Amino acid sequence: MEFEYLIIFLPLVGAILSGFFGKFLGSRNSEILTSLFVSISSIFSFLIFYKVFNDGYTNNLDIFTWINSGSFNVNWSIKIDALSSVMLVVVTLVSSVVHIYSIGYMSHDPHKQRFMSYLSLFTFSMLMLVTSDNFLQLFFGWEGVGLCSYFLIGFWFKKESANAAAIKAFIVNRVGDFGFALGIFLIFYLFGTVNYAEVFELIPQSLNINLTFLGLSFNAINLICILLFIGAMGKSAQIFLHTWLPDAMEGPTPVSALIHAATMVTAGVFLIVRCSPIYEYSPLALNIITLVGMSTAFFAATIALAQNDIKKIIAYSTCSQLGYMFFAAGVGAYNVAMFHLFTHAFFKALLFLGSGSVIHSFKDEQNINLMGGVWKRLPYTWILMIIGTLALTGFPFLSGFYSKDAIIEFAYLRGSTTGYFAAGIGVFTALLTSIYSWRLVFKTFHGDYNNKKLNISSMHESPMVMIIPLIILAIGAIFSGFLFKDLFIGIESSSNFWKNSIFFLEPLSQDHPPSWFIFLTPILVILSIPAAYYIFVKNMKITNEIVNGNLPLYNFLKNKWYFDELYDYLFVNPSKKIGLYFWKKIDLRFIDRFGPDGVSNLIKNISLFTVKFQNGFIYHYAFIMLLGFSALLTFLILR
Amino acid sequence: MDFPILSSLILLPLLGAIFIFFSKSKSNTHPTIKYLALFVSFANFILSLYLWYLFDPSNADFQFLEEQSWIKGFINYKVGIDGISILFIILTAFIAPLCIVSVNSTVKYRLKDFLVAILVMESLMIGVFCSLDLVIFYLFFEGGLIPMFLIIGIWGGERRVYSAFKFFLYTLLGSVLMLVAIISIYWITGSTDITYLYNLGIDEKYQYLLWLAFFSSFAVKTPMWPVHTWLPDAHVEAPTAGSVLLAAILLKMAGYGFIRFSVGLFPVASEYFIPLIYILSLIAIIYTSLVALMQEDMKKLIAYSSVAHMGFVTLGIFTFTQQGLEGSIFQMISHGLVSAALFLSVGVIYERMHTRLISNYGGLVSVMPKYAIVLMVFTLGAVGLPGTSGFIGEFLILIGAFKKSFLVAAIASIGVILSAAYMLWLYKRVVFGEIKKDEIKKIPDLNRAEIFILSVLVLPIIFFGFYPEPLLNTTEISIENLIEMYNTNINSNLVEK
Repeated sequence: MEFEYLIIFLPLVGAILSGFFGKFLGSRNSEILTSLFVSISSIFSFLIFYKVFNDGYTNNLDIFTWINSGSFNVNWSIKIDALSSVMLVVVTLVSSVVHIYSIGYMSHDPHKQRFMSYLSLFTFSMLMLVTSDNFLQLFFGWEGVGLCSYFLIGFWFKKESANAAAIKAFIVNRVGDFGFALGIFLIFYLFGTVNYAEVFELIPQSLNINLTFLGLSFNAINLICILLFIGAMGKSAQIFLHTWLPDAMEGPTPVSALIHAATMVTAGVFLIVRCSPIYEYSPLALNIITLVGMSTAFFAATIALAQNDIKKIIAYSTCSQLGYMFFAAGVGAYNVAMFHLFTHAFFKALLFLGSGSVIHSFKDEQNINLMGGVWKRLPYTWILMIIGTLALTGFPFLSGFYSKDAIIEFAYLRGSTTGYFAAGIGVFTALLTSIYSWRLVFKTFHGDYNNKKLNISSMHESPMVMIIPLIILAIGAIFSGFLFKDLFIGIESSSNFWKNSIFFLEPLSQDHPPSWFIFLTPILVILSIPAAYYIFVKNMKITNEIVNGNLPLYNFLKNKWYFDELYDYLFVNPSKKIGLYFWKKIDLRFIDRFGPDGVSNLIKNISLFTVKFQNGFIYHYAFIMLLGFSALLTFLILR
Repeated sequence: MDFPILSSLILLPLLGAIFIFFSKSKSNTHPTIKYLALFVSFANFILSLYLWYLFDPSNADFQFLEEQSWIKGFINYKVGIDGISILFIILTAFIAPLCIVSVNSTVKYRLKDFLVAILVMESLMIGVFCSLDLVIFYLFFEGGLIPMFLIIGIWGGERRVYSAFKFFLYTLLGSVLMLVAIISIYWITGSTDITYLYNLGIDEKYQYLLWLAFFSSFAVKTPMWPVHTWLPDAHVEAPTAGSVLLAAILLKMAGYGFIRFSVGLFPVASEYFIPLIYILSLIAIIYTSLVALMQEDMKKLIAYSSVAHMGFVTLGIFTFTQQGLEGSIFQMISHGLVSAALFLSVGVIYERMHTRLISNYGGLVSVMPKYAIVLMVFTLGAVGLPGTSGFIGEFLILIGAFKKSFLVAAIASIGVILSAAYMLWLYKRVVFGEIKKDEIKKIPDLNRAEIFILSVLVLPIIFFGFYPEPLLNTTEISIENLIEMYNTNINSNLVEK
């Protein structure tokens, strides 16, 4: 039995056991079972990861045929290489941590088995996604994680807002998937296969294929890249298709940590990196990715500044960090994007689970204006949240420092206009990140205690089953950058590690940016800590003045750039109106009226008309006979 | 002559129906007649599986041929199957017993007659899919209308008479034209034998009109836009078992007819009318999806979604690609399972609440958790999520369509977004949320019979989502053969010009 099968199918077995036999097993056993299975899967993932970077192990297993129709052949498969091994580690590690944390977090929920089952099912889908060797299984995992996300966002099914958020997430993702699916069709159309290796091999000889569409001519490779990227934008909540992610915070917090921070939302980045052999040949698509990535990084950070819901702040932060990963990929530094994905998984999951611990203590309160001053009461959570924040903001020598600064540097080294621009936005966004993150920490833990409903003495630390997972993640948040820097982005060692799983048309620049540039971000980040403390704790007047002085801007940010309103206006309401119009006006008023109802009315009227003649009066019959007789005569005479 | 397995498949339910009809059961709702009907239809299902086992998928010719002269020199009773028709026979034989199990709670009066109607219908449907002669095809095809007409008219809801007549009017209109076309074919070629006509080929100049005549019949039954308005009414008024038969099998006759007759007999005209089919299919997909979004009645919503799903089928058939055609057949089978399951699910809660209005529900998951699970599977099947059978069909059709036109595939793909919107919204309004009505608090979860029926449908929907090979493999060679024949015809026609 090969490890790979265990890694992928143990979570599925856990999901099935807990989902269908949960009642029989009992909630505690289901929790232990699912957590155990995912943990075993995690241990094997580390083994595989070790084998990959130590022995250069790769593997490609075919499980069985999925679809075979004419020339279209797809197998269920497991592909292990450096890229998928990194994803395996991230997914299974965060997943097992979240499973264990959930035992504590969901302890008062009546539907624990169902919750654990969904988490495990999600893990399985995500593993199918990352280990696929073809685009279609990737798509299966892609929709599968979307489905589990839908289940988990709507987990508290009685909440109207949770249901709405769940559907929104699914449908916005489907919009992205629309592009993704078209991309897959195009790939099959051009190359006759959807297998990665076969497609990638054919790319270099297909650079000059043009497709005409609506009278315009497009380069096929560019088109594929852009279509796939639309899918990635949906799943990774990039600007225009991001609206579902903040709403997704309706789900339980462990879900936000696992799905909406560490794993599922990074699938888009994974897709781009996986397809680097295509993207490398499409400078246009890479530029678009850079542009979208940096716009998202910036705009999400600005919104995060003005939010008051602890989870929404972190959600926008995730959105923003995903933007960083995309522009890293856009400037061709795929390995750096993966590195940030890797470190981000630790510190963002840590932040989410930490905030979950806070919310747990505050009895489901999420507004940071109603918190404050509890750092002594929640010491572990406080320290862990600070570690997460330091790592996120890129405080020197924590994990975010290595990955985020590397992204900014590579963008700078790209030497192109978009590169410089992206680097500039990157630095500025890093500053914004630091401000909103510290705002969150200070408002939550420091200053005055602002909650009127709960007495401060009722505040107490979360149970150990929730704290220990946080500690594991905190270790990752501190050390993962330093330890894995060489492996992921080191000059020589990284190409030894990634091998063929990432493709570079030209080797990445090995220069160093000017030293003032290297020091710029860390300095800004460090300086912003006391500044944030001053304006958010010591002297709140300043914040109020800034807000009151720029009320339109503040409202713009607070209302998330009015994206939801815009989409309602542009898409949601018109669809409903058009649907109603088609139904009431066209189907009922037009087709039915002139179709079947018209025909039956016509027949009815004609018969009513003829009935009038059959009224029993002899002279009517005589008149008709006369009429008929004369008509016949006329006909015979004229013939 | 071997054992006449196809005739047995056709006759067995009919004999069962006759036996039940003349049985002197005192009470009309005696359980024994139900068990008898169930036994007959189940035996037929087993027989159909045996047929599948005997069937040789590597052979493109018609198999299990039976021929019997009926009116000398004019009508032959000729039946046979190939990879295109066999799956529909199995689907029919699979759905019929489920319908009979489901009548338990849905049919309150004249149960005996209802069972007779279902069994007769099963016979006729199977007949449709094995006929290899235009005249007997026509007889089976139109004969199927009568039991359906009665099912709606006798056991239907309040507006049953209106719906039944609407259904009848629409379908009759198309049928008459098809009959004229069949007679013309006999005049032109002197035969109505399909295999003979396949080899002979029909002169190009006649093809266009004949194609349109067949089209008018199939378009109504599919149904395609704009002749679809009978379907929502028919579904709403029909009893559950009627809706299931209608959605799962009756609609598939038209899709099958397109493949067997329009494409097979009139390839040149089929090629010519591609734009017409594409436009109507795309309208069906987008238009009815939007209409479905706004429905207040669950059955109407599912009925409209059926029109959209059948839009994919017609689109796929007229791509004339291996993927498109295989996808269409797969989609029809999958839609047969999913729509049957959805109508049965609606029936389950209709029995309990006596309303189909979506706004009367909400919060069902709290009282009916098992129901919530199975309904979710069916919803996902309708949404076309990978891992359900709904995905395979739609995906293959879109791949096929993409080969023909980027634009067509792109527009059709929008339907995939919309299907998620209307199905998930339906699910949310019915199953999730707080319980708003007191009546809902008291309703029981699925009983054993319901669990059985619905899980029997859950299994193939998921199984074929992960492993569609058995179905695709069965159809593959026959479709290859059809496309080859089609291309030869088109090419030789081009050469003549």
